[in-house]
Amino acid sequence: MNSNVKIVPEYILRRRTILSFLLFFFCIAIALFSWNRLQHQPKVDNALAPLRKGLEVNEWLFSHMFSDGNLSRIYAKKFAAARVRVNGDLGLKNNSDTANWKLQLIKSNGDTLKIGLEEIKALPKTTITFDFKCIEGWNQITNWGGVRFSDFINKYALTAQSQMKYVGMVTPDGAYYVGVDMASMMHPQTILAYEMNGATLPLNQGYPLRLIIPVKYGVKHLKRIGNIFFANNKPRDYWHEIGYDYYCGM
Amino acid sequence: MIWSGMLIYWGNDVYKLGWGNKTLLKFFPDSFNKALNIPYRLAEGMSLHFVFMWFFAINGVIYFLYLLFSKEYKLIFPHKKALKEAWLVILHDLHKKKGLPPQKKYNAAQRIAYSGVIVLGFAIIITGVAIYKPVQLHWLCYALGGYEWARIEHFTITILFFLFFLVHILQVIIAGWNNFRAMVTGFEVLKEEKISSTAKENIHE
Repeated sequence: MNSNVKIVPEYILRRRTILSFLLFFFCIAIALFSWNRLQHQPKVDNALAPLRKGLEVNEWLFSHMFSDGNLSRIYAKKFAAARVRVNGDLGLKNNSDTANWKLQLIKSNGDTLKIGLEEIKALPKTTITFDFKCIEGWNQITNWGGVRFSDFINKYALTAQSQMKYVGMVTPDGAYYVGVDMASMMHPQTILAYEMNGATLPLNQGYPLRLIIPVKYGVKHLKRIGNIFFANNKPRDYWHEIGYDYYCGM
Repeated sequence: MIWSGMLIYWGNDVYKLGWGNKTLLKFFPDSFNKALNIPYRLAEGMSLHFVFMWFFAINGVIYFLYLLFSKEYKLIFPHKKALKEAWLVILHDLHKKKGLPPQKKYNAAQRIAYSGVIVLGFAIIITGVAIYKPVQLHWLCYALGGYEWARIEHFTITILFFLFFLVHILQVIIAGWNNFRAMVTGFEVLKEEKISSTAKENIHE
C-alpha cells in the first residue's frame, strides 16, 4: 500500500471523490429504477412478463441440458410413509360419481375412448417408491402402483399422439387441470396410479386413478383423472394460470 | 435473492431455533411475515428467485475470476497467521486490547470474513442447485444429506449472509467517513504527517 502513496492537491482529491460518489449513487438509482420498472411490467399468466420469459428460458435450458431418461432416486418400500400427506382437494369435492367412473381418452376431436378401471388394472403393473416433492417446499417418501404411461400409450396404440408436444389432463368436474410436456409423460417413472402403499387409492388421494410423475412438483400429479388429451399447444394448467412455472421440472 | 427466498420459504416455514418443545425463535414470526406482506406470494417469489439467480451466480463468478487474475486475492485470502491475528483484531474492536498487528489492505479478521463470504457464495449456489434440480442432480442432493437437509443448509447459509451484512454495515459505520470514502472511491486519504510516519514503518519492515 505504501508504495502506492501519491501526494495530490486538494482539488483533485475533491474532484475524484465527487465523481466516484456520483457514479455510486447513479448505480443505486439505476438498480432502484429497474426494480420499479420490473414491478410495472404487464403480466403473462399472472407472472410479470420478463420473469415469465426467464422461466421459459430456464425450461429451454434445463430440458436440453438433462437427458429425458434420468431417473428419480428410488427407495425401498419400507421407507414409504404410512400416513401420506393430503394437500388440497381441488377437483375432488364431488365424490358421488366415482362408481361409474371411466377414463375418457380423447384420441382426437370426436374420437374418445372410455376405459374402465379393471381394463387399466389388467395392464402391466409398475410400482415406485420415491421422494414426493411439493412446490411449497416439503417432501415425503411415498409408494404408488399403477400402469406406466408409456405402457398405456403402447397398449392403446397412441403412437401418433405421443409425437405431439403436450398431454393435458382434467378432473371429472373440470375444476383442476394440468398440462405436461410429452418427454416427462413418457418418462419411465411416470405412472397412472390406482394404488398407494399396496392398497386401493383413497378418495382424497384421487381414487380411482391419478397421475404420479416424479420428475415434477406435486402440483402436476393430478388426482382423479377425468380425461386425457394430446396437444401441440400448452394445455391449460391450473397453477400456471395463477403465476407458477409451467414446466415445474426438477 | 433473500427477499424472494423469504417469499418461497413461507410456503413451508418449519424452521425454528430451540430444543425439544422449547422455541427460542421461529422463522419467521407471523407478525414479521404480516408486516412485510410475505404470505401467499410463493409463485412471485419463485419466478424472481429463478431469474435473479443468474445475476447472483454470474456476478459471483466474475468477481472470483477477477480476484484470481488481478492477484487481488493475495490481499483477501487469509495468510498463515490469520487466525491468531484475527483474534487480536476482535479483542481490539471490543476495546479489550490496544494496538493492531501490522496489515496490508485488510486485517486478518477482514481476510477471514471476506474469504468466508466467498465460500458462502459457492455453498449457497451448490445447495440451491441441489434443491432446484433434486431429480436430475439427485446425487448432489444426496451428497448434501437429502432434499430436506439441502433446504436447511440453503436457509442457514442465507442467515449467515445476513449476519455478515449486519456486522459489515456496523463496522463501516464505526470506521467512519474516510473508510467509507475509500470503499466508494477506491483510494484512501492520508494526511501528510501520517504519510511520513507510515513511510518510516515501511522501512522498518
